[in-house]
Amino acid sequence: MLTKNQAPKRGVDSQSICFTINGRRESISIEPWVSLLDCLRDHLNLTGSKKGCDHGQCGACTIICDGKRILSCLSLAVMKDGAEITTIEGIAKGDELHPLQQAFIDHDAFQCGYCTPGQICSAIGLLKEGKANSRTEVKEMMSGNLCRCGANVGIIDAIMQVKDGGGHE
Amino acid sequence: MGIDKIVGKPISRLEGREKVTGMAKYAAEYQADNLLHGYVVSSPITKGRIIDIDITKVIDIPGVVEVISHKNRPKLAWFDLQYTDMDAPPGTVFKPLYDENILYNGQPIALIIAKDFETARYGSTQIIFKFEEQDFQTVLKDNLTRARPAKKGFATALKPPPPPPTGDFENAFENAAIKVESEFQHGTEHHNPIELFATTTIFEGNGKLTIYDKTQGTINNQLFVANLFGLRYKDVRVLAPFVGGAFGSGLRPQYQLFLCVMAALHLKRNVRVVLDRKQMFSFSHRPPAIQKLRFASDINGRITALGHEVFAETSNFEDYTEPTASWSHRLYAAPNTLFEHHLIPLDVYTPMDMRAPGGSTALHAIECTMDELSYKLKIDPLDLRLINYSDMDPSAEKPYTSKALRACYLEAAEKFGWDKRSPEPGSMARGNKLVGYGMATGIWDAFQFPARVEAMISADGKLILNNATTDIGTGTLTIMTQIAADELGLNIADVDFRYGDSKKPFSMFQGGSATTSSTGVAIVIAARALRKKLVRKAGEMKDSPFKNVAAEQVVFKGGNLLLKEDMKTFISLKEIIAFNAGRPIKTTNMGKPHVLKLRKYSLATHSASFVEVEVDKDLGVVTVTRAVTAVAAGKIINPKTARSQILGSMIWGISKTLHEETIMDARLGKYINANLGEYHIPVHADIGELEVIFTEEKDDLINEIGTKGVGEIGLVAMPAAISNAIYHATGKRINKLPIHFDELF
Amino acid sequence: MRSCRLRMEAAMNSFEYKQAKDIPEALSLARADGTTTFVAGGTNLLDLWKYNITNPSQLIDINHLTELSEIRLLEDGVLMIGAGVRNAETAYHPIVEQNYPLLSRAILAGASPQIRNMATNGGNLLQRTRCYYFYDHEVPCNKRIPGSGCPAMSGYNRMHAILGTSEHCIAVFPSDMCVALAALDAVVNVTGPEGNRSIAFADFHRLPGDTPHLDNNLKEGELITAIKVPEKGFATNYAYLKLRDRHSYAFALVSVATGLALDGNRILEARIALGGVAHKPWRSLSAEAFLKGREANAENFAGAADLILKEAKGFGHNDFKIKLAKKAIIRNGLMALKPESQLPGAQPSA
Repeated sequence: MLTKNQAPKRGVDSQSICFTINGRRESISIEPWVSLLDCLRDHLNLTGSKKGCDHGQCGACTIICDGKRILSCLSLAVMKDGAEITTIEGIAKGDELHPLQQAFIDHDAFQCGYCTPGQICSAIGLLKEGKANSRTEVKEMMSGNLCRCGANVGIIDAIMQVKDGGGHE
Repeated sequence: MGIDKIVGKPISRLEGREKVTGMAKYAAEYQADNLLHGYVVSSPITKGRIIDIDITKVIDIPGVVEVISHKNRPKLAWFDLQYTDMDAPPGTVFKPLYDENILYNGQPIALIIAKDFETARYGSTQIIFKFEEQDFQTVLKDNLTRARPAKKGFATALKPPPPPPTGDFENAFENAAIKVESEFQHGTEHHNPIELFATTTIFEGNGKLTIYDKTQGTINNQLFVANLFGLRYKDVRVLAPFVGGAFGSGLRPQYQLFLCVMAALHLKRNVRVVLDRKQMFSFSHRPPAIQKLRFASDINGRITALGHEVFAETSNFEDYTEPTASWSHRLYAAPNTLFEHHLIPLDVYTPMDMRAPGGSTALHAIECTMDELSYKLKIDPLDLRLINYSDMDPSAEKPYTSKALRACYLEAAEKFGWDKRSPEPGSMARGNKLVGYGMATGIWDAFQFPARVEAMISADGKLILNNATTDIGTGTLTIMTQIAADELGLNIADVDFRYGDSKKPFSMFQGGSATTSSTGVAIVIAARALRKKLVRKAGEMKDSPFKNVAAEQVVFKGGNLLLKEDMKTFISLKEIIAFNAGRPIKTTNMGKPHVLKLRKYSLATHSASFVEVEVDKDLGVVTVTRAVTAVAAGKIINPKTARSQILGSMIWGISKTLHEETIMDARLGKYINANLGEYHIPVHADIGELEVIFTEEKDDLINEIGTKGVGEIGLVAMPAAISNAIYHATGKRINKLPIHFDELF
Repeated sequence: MRSCRLRMEAAMNSFEYKQAKDIPEALSLARADGTTTFVAGGTNLLDLWKYNITNPSQLIDINHLTELSEIRLLEDGVLMIGAGVRNAETAYHPIVEQNYPLLSRAILAGASPQIRNMATNGGNLLQRTRCYYFYDHEVPCNKRIPGSGCPAMSGYNRMHAILGTSEHCIAVFPSDMCVALAALDAVVNVTGPEGNRSIAFADFHRLPGDTPHLDNNLKEGELITAIKVPEKGFATNYAYLKLRDRHSYAFALVSVATGLALDGNRILEARIALGGVAHKPWRSLSAEAFLKGREANAENFAGAADLILKEAKGFGHNDFKIKLAKKAIIRNGLMALKPESQLPGAQPSA
């Protein structure tokens, strides 16, 4: 075990922030360099948002912040003071799955499941934006979410079904 | 057993709800009291030794608990032992933090342990190393003169070297009517599951550890940890209930497991170690390879000579091989063959099995060479395959237990519309796009490993099964539940398959497309034994109509035992357990391959892929617009999850052909695109229309359930089919993967 | 045996974080020692910070600066786009979609929808290069550590520049949005300790020269407040084409923004800007002058391409870009004649 001196302070204090996550107010004291993703996973035990690259290259950490899909790994938690955040844990209404969640199951739109929360949150954002109409456009607008298992066909099928079926807000 | 079979139905994944709600927990997601976080420091040099480490600035950081390097690592008996894991190739296993020597770039050289992830990561920037660098070699094509045969060892059994030559290859090739000589280059690829490798170790006290690990083999890693750290097997429990993809990278215990356990034991604390994405490129990869092929035929297209020489990378400490050179002879008969596999040891980490190892490399080369041969012969590429079609395995001179490849070819060709192809390259177009059709054959092993399953009927009449296998996304939970449900005539809701835990009965690591056959067969064997026990127990009940009745006389259906002769006479599973004083009735049995019987046969799955590409006539941009793959893999337990396996591996084929490659900078000895921004895997926009056909293939010989595995067969034919389609569109043969669009204009 | 070396020591990677409520406060909070960084979207900043490439001692959050957050048509017909407006909001803004569809297209060809929802317009201008060697703090790079060398020059340089390079740096500027802004003759408004100023887009980004560590001409402590786009938006004949190693979510190897003003098929005015080929969006006024008065056809676009690429120079792995850029300029010129032929993801027309 190492012997250590009375260490100097790192010079920065934690900051208090408050946001709404999945409809619940959360107050937390957090160091400014903690990403929103690590805040969710390590501090709030909301591990549904996934870390795949930590650099905005895979989309697994996608959440919905103030109505828009964003990457939680490239956000600092302190920057989201006052925000309204929805993670994968807040998508279903109690036991009732969101139509996209059900469509993902029905279309076998995942294998290992690790990219799935990000894909679903991203798809919810996409439907809300209403900018993608054709299958080609949906594919383009979902391209920020990588799937290494290659469940791409099922993912797009699931989104198209919900989009065309109008089963969303 | 049951009348309405569940096997064969497209059941949705049983763990689907957990996965779509974020409730599925992966290795880095288990919370524990006072959990410490470890961050790995990686070597920035490629070869040499550490001559000094300065940690003074690290230990001053509030929240840093410990820094472990080779200088202060705990003394462990294992460092003197030659220990290998179940999947270790011949050589000396890499030992993290063993000594001052640097064997490859990115090698772990220290672990910073702190109160949280950010502090540990911050600590990693404050540690100062002094190195002495040595010259290194990291590029395959610069070192071809150093090629040598592979050493033999433990792993050679599953991965035999190529067979000796047959006939007189050189003479036959020299004098052949038609011949093709071609060279193929494949780059390095990394598995890159989206989940980062991670381990959470719970320090239970009394020498006990509970370890949540990202692995394809819970027992493999349990044995590894127990052996290394001198712990009793039963005190080490490795759990992997959810695994966020692995594709082979979890077949061997990786260094985060070692470092995490070491830190937990040393500090007597709960510890988590998660690698970052760059570090995901610091262990295991598909080796780069150069292949030289020489195929010859007579003027009618009958193959007369097959030559395939492989030069593949390995590390300087282990001899990794993958069967590559001899696949052509398992498809096509030829009187003269010459297959060679050479290794070139470099200053890199040891390569490792990555989805369809060897096969995907080889079949690309083989099936592109066949395509080239077909053009020389002016024979349709599909016809050339049919001319050389072999019902038996020419390499072993044995029949296959089953082989429905011909039907794969024909069904896929028809679905695809192969007959609409005009053979001349560049002869089909659509606006600005040249259109190309290509096809190729796939073949892959049908492995089965021994596995043990515990099966029991609980007091509520439900069937519980226990096996140590993982479910890396392949659908194992769902499939095993289906197999078991049919065996006991139950609904899937009444079957509880429990897995992902080293405490459960034996399973090999989840690899080689073998899990369905391995654990599936064990379930069937255990279910048989359980049925006997249940019937016997039913016979012991007062006035039982089941007295002295053989298990074969009984039908299991809807949670009841029914007499075959008199279906109105039945007794429920619940009643039997109640009679057993509420104690579950259970059995543990081993399923294993019928080695003796199967020695007379060859075992393989087959596939045929047909691909359409569009290539922009000015800009070279390639799109795989559609593809059809037909697969013959014996019985398909679940067409839904099996289809996903094939679709996923078809996409791997697209990725291998057009996208992914890890770039090695020879001067630095390191991979320079070690991130998902520049290591390209396909995005949704790259994926066109993909279709899967499961060709009927009944196999009563291979095992009790007639399955052959679907995890890899969907990949092997795709790279050649795409390359051949690109040739058809453009007239350009690009034998170096990945094919970049700028090579096509 | 070769040289010994010390691991390059990273600076502190902790920082203070403060929120500014308006521009004066943001400017006054900034430290004079150059270690303050303004943060809005943070998409590139946090990425670089986690790779130990940038290590600010202080972040000033400018997300709450309402002065930066609007898109507004000025009286002279110029469109003013706030620096704090998100990329996605800009691309989908009705005025942008209608008057500046080239800008909208270019923005939507960049990054991913999530990143476009976060990244701001000001931040887009300040993206750093994606050069592999720049991104690896363990290897030399003149952009990171002036004088340390450029491994890209003789290394793997598939993504690197063919125009405006120097012996010190061959990095490219990765933005798509800025390629359109360059073509549209935008102007960048900045404010800072010494007051407000406007910088023509062509003068905003720099070529590497012997100062490759400087990406642009912003002065210490200056803050981008808005981007002004002149009235002429080439909304009738425009196209954006992006060529890359996968169909989406990858940086451009070559991209082209083309805007044409036509009289029949005769070119009254042409704008062509290239991305992925230089340390800044690349324009050639002589090529645009060449096109003026000529027919809009493949032959003339080829002539313009030759002028644009006259000085182009490859470094091995990126030699293909010279030929590719020419073909892309021609195709995009033709696409601009039929803007409806553009596909999602700025793919080549069908």
